[in-house]
Amino acid sequence: MTFFLQLLVTGFALGMVYALIAIGFVIILKCSNAFNIAQGHFVLIGGYLGYTFLVPFHLPIWAALFSAIVAAAILGLLIERLTIRPLVGQSELAIIMMTIALASVLEGLATLVWGGEYKTYHGVLPTITLKLGGISLPPESLIGLIVSIVAMVMLMLLFRYTKIGLAMRATAEDLQVVQSLGIRATTVYAVSWVIASVVGVIGGILLGGVSGVMIPLAEIGLKAFAVVLLGGVNSIGGAIVAGIILGMLENIAAGYLDPLLPGGGLAQVFPFVVMIIVLIFRPYGLFGLTRIERI
Amino acid sequence: MPSPGNGEGMLKVNNIEVVYMHVIQVLRGVSLEVDDGKIVALLGANGAGKTTTLKAISGMLKTEEGEVTDGSIDFDGKRIDRYGPEDIAAMGISQAMEGRRVLEHLSVEENLVVGAYCRKDRAGVKRDLEIVFDYFPKIKNLRHQVSGYLSGGEQQMLVIGRALMARPMLMLLDEPSLGLAPLLVKDIYEIIQRINAEQKMAILLVEQNARAALGIADYGYVMENGRVVLEGPAEKLRDNKDVREFYLGLSAVGSKKSYREVKHYRRRKRWLA
Repeated sequence: MTFFLQLLVTGFALGMVYALIAIGFVIILKCSNAFNIAQGHFVLIGGYLGYTFLVPFHLPIWAALFSAIVAAAILGLLIERLTIRPLVGQSELAIIMMTIALASVLEGLATLVWGGEYKTYHGVLPTITLKLGGISLPPESLIGLIVSIVAMVMLMLLFRYTKIGLAMRATAEDLQVVQSLGIRATTVYAVSWVIASVVGVIGGILLGGVSGVMIPLAEIGLKAFAVVLLGGVNSIGGAIVAGIILGMLENIAAGYLDPLLPGGGLAQVFPFVVMIIVLIFRPYGLFGLTRIERI
Repeated sequence: MPSPGNGEGMLKVNNIEVVYMHVIQVLRGVSLEVDDGKIVALLGANGAGKTTTLKAISGMLKTEEGEVTDGSIDFDGKRIDRYGPEDIAAMGISQAMEGRRVLEHLSVEENLVVGAYCRKDRAGVKRDLEIVFDYFPKIKNLRHQVSGYLSGGEQQMLVIGRALMARPMLMLLDEPSLGLAPLLVKDIYEIIQRINAEQKMAILLVEQNARAALGIADYGYVMENGRVVLEGPAEKLRDNKDVREFYLGLSAVGSKKSYREVKHYRRRKRWLA
């Protein structure tokens, strides 16, 4: 039982990080109606940035996080200005193609700057563990949990209580109406890309602390994609719940199913099997925005 | 024909031509004027170019691959036909688009607050929120509801309220009567008239429901095929034989239009020439 609870708790922490990355997906999807294929590559860049600030620069974790967030914000602004803004008014497909190109460019950038090597900063994080009865939360998970909760709360506050947050939600509904009210769509897009890039980078730092950083870290984007589909493509709350579910399932599968098979690997597959089953019964995901039909 | 004011109109549309996608000409020289604090009605059948005229004024044309190719639009002494919709909104023109475009997943109050996005005076926005709820007490009770579930009439009130929240000098209303029950149309028109009188906002009203529109307007224009074919003070238009026949459905004074009278085809053709 303790083993199960342990898996659940670490899975929860991992799931929160997935959810954070997935929120980046949802935000771009909401404002541009397009999947951001490069979301996983923000994670990759984040992992390397985390390594750079923590190991060669010897920054404490909070300073490393802050520096990485600033770098991510600049990256997001540049991407919006240089690649997305020229496509305003074009079809969603053009934006998706652009994000595919972006993914390659970011991967190239990672190879260019960090040589695409395996980097790890496992021991650098402060060693605090949380013990609750027989369950202990290792430092990477604990930091992941705290940082993702703080980030999510801040995003929620942004959407609920700020002007730009309201403008973002309004833009997701009807671009023309929003323009007629004097809201600049380009500002909304810029903020959206900054958020997508920042949450991706934060997720990258957190995940890199657990498993190290290498080019395949970008594949986490695929997992975030699964989270988004499971949660319902346009629901941030759904992404959070689905992220947690996926993290827990992955951990439970790793704990119970992997020892059964020689080779393991079931942990990676199991969550996707669950996702397929859920999608068959709920094609709009668990919490997709209900289409409003007046009666 | 006398112009609506003394030629010092706040909004002046000077002989504009509008082309969509570089080939489809929709407006063929439209001129109109809206004076400070007046209600002006723009009437006409489907496809006459009324909505296009509004979109040319609000700059919305540019988001739909349309373009003002000739003529000019002046607002408050400034030429505005080169600006985008966001800039024009900030200059003091707010548009309630056709078809009750509420932001469905936002609450009623959020829909209204987002209307005041360009404004910096927080206290004024708060006060105006109460003013809107005062005009439309029905939506006050629904202020925390998801607006997508409102009835058609409530959504129309919300959209007008949102346009009001920007505190514009000029409000463009595109068919506020569309798809509403006659009784509700009467209510909404009364409130439009009150907003005009009490908030000192000029209103350019696009309508198919000529009776309702001419009931509150000071001046009216009738469009057909991308041109203004008739204009005049509202009371004159109400008495105009052609308008009575084609838009108000009356032939002789006070009597219902008789469909046996087939001459109206010929008279209609004279307008187009």
